[in-house]
Amino acid sequence: MTGQRTAAPALTESTSGTAAVPRFYRVASRREDTADTVTLELTEPACPFEPVPAFAPGQFAMLTAFGIGEVPISVSGLGDNGGGRARRLEHTLRAVGAVTRALHAAQPGSLIGVRGPFGTSWDVASAAGRDIVIVAGGIGLAPLRPVVLTALADRSRYGRIVLLAGARTPGDLLYAGELERWRRDGVEVAVTVDRADTGWSGQVGLVTALIEPAGLAPDNSVAFVCGPDVMMRFTADALAARGIPVSRIRVSLERNMRCGVGWCGHCQLGPLLVCRDGPVVGYDRAAALMRVREL
Amino acid sequence: MTGTVAARLSAQPFFAVLTEAERGALAEDGTAVTFAAGERPFDEGGVADMFWLIEQGGVALDMRVPGRGDQIVETLGPGTVLGWSWLHPPYRWHFGAVARLATEAIAFDAASVRRRCDADPAFGYAMLRAFTPVITERLQATRLRLLDLYAAPSQVRRVSIGPVNV
Repeated sequence: MTGQRTAAPALTESTSGTAAVPRFYRVASRREDTADTVTLELTEPACPFEPVPAFAPGQFAMLTAFGIGEVPISVSGLGDNGGGRARRLEHTLRAVGAVTRALHAAQPGSLIGVRGPFGTSWDVASAAGRDIVIVAGGIGLAPLRPVVLTALADRSRYGRIVLLAGARTPGDLLYAGELERWRRDGVEVAVTVDRADTGWSGQVGLVTALIEPAGLAPDNSVAFVCGPDVMMRFTADALAARGIPVSRIRVSLERNMRCGVGWCGHCQLGPLLVCRDGPVVGYDRAAALMRVREL
Repeated sequence: MTGTVAARLSAQPFFAVLTEAERGALAEDGTAVTFAAGERPFDEGGVADMFWLIEQGGVALDMRVPGRGDQIVETLGPGTVLGWSWLHPPYRWHFGAVARLATEAIAFDAASVRRRCDADPAFGYAMLRAFTPVITERLQATRLRLLDLYAAPSQVRRVSIGPVNV
């Protein structure tokens, strides 16, 4: 060893690849949505590389808390996709493990890593001319927020926008202020909680109880469902029982996503690699797979 | 709400499994009622001598928990039925109920409906076919809520069902 450092080979877009190497993003803002959930707004920092490509609603990123690990988190906003690049991203995440706790604690100005975009999207545009029915359970409202925002941004393309949301308690309800704004913008919002507190004057019960009163038009509806697996199954079955074709019911699957591009196989669910073939899947494909007992 | 009880029953999908004649018979035991917001149709432990089909407004089922007041366990809206403790002995309410909004409903004389069920098994079977789906749905919903699906992993009480080594 001479002590002389050898210059590292220059990384380029082609050698790094946004799929394999995280881009640095800076936390521009941090909003506490509930006691354990925050929405981080990420912006591109000054760096030699382009931001990652633009995300579509429903797609996810692998977010890195440096020195701790990486987790898959769906986009929860439309962001800024100038030039086809994700120049601003929004992610809503809940502190449930070591990585998400670290990301939850990330303060404005700090850097986190972003890989993506990965997976399939909600394909909101395919619902043009139809009613949009959104059913969210718990943190599942976060990946569905871009569906609402997309539909509101191009309101005349869609029929009714119906949002049915379930939460554990009133305090766990995401985007409470935004729900009011969406109501004023014409979104038919109904909310229920599993456990009420003394100040709650809304509904109490399972989110499926909101379906019948919503008076849906099954022949003309496209449903977007996200939440815990069991909640999605019961919701999708309830929607199908009311006549919405399963091919027009989309669910967002969550499995053990690692690489994001179908290389590692950790997220395999039957014939699907959820990171690549999902997370958004039609219930016509997902129904049987969601009943498969995991190894 | 206006119109005869029979006409109002015909407009409700809940009793769609009943024939027109059966709905007509049921209507004879029904009376239109209203509850002001905050009014209590019944309290836990009381005699379950009525049931209601909610047409407008909303009702919450609750239970008094010492130190925590009245805890709401479920809310019910238009088109659904309030009360099924009248179906089986001891005919006592297991929960209380409170109108959360100004509520319009059709109230049924439970004892009279039971007598009709006993006298006419076809009518009784139709009534059970009307009630069973809602009972099943609420049971399934309650089971799912017991799973506490929206809880964070740290909030979930894990129960081992595997072998226990002592």
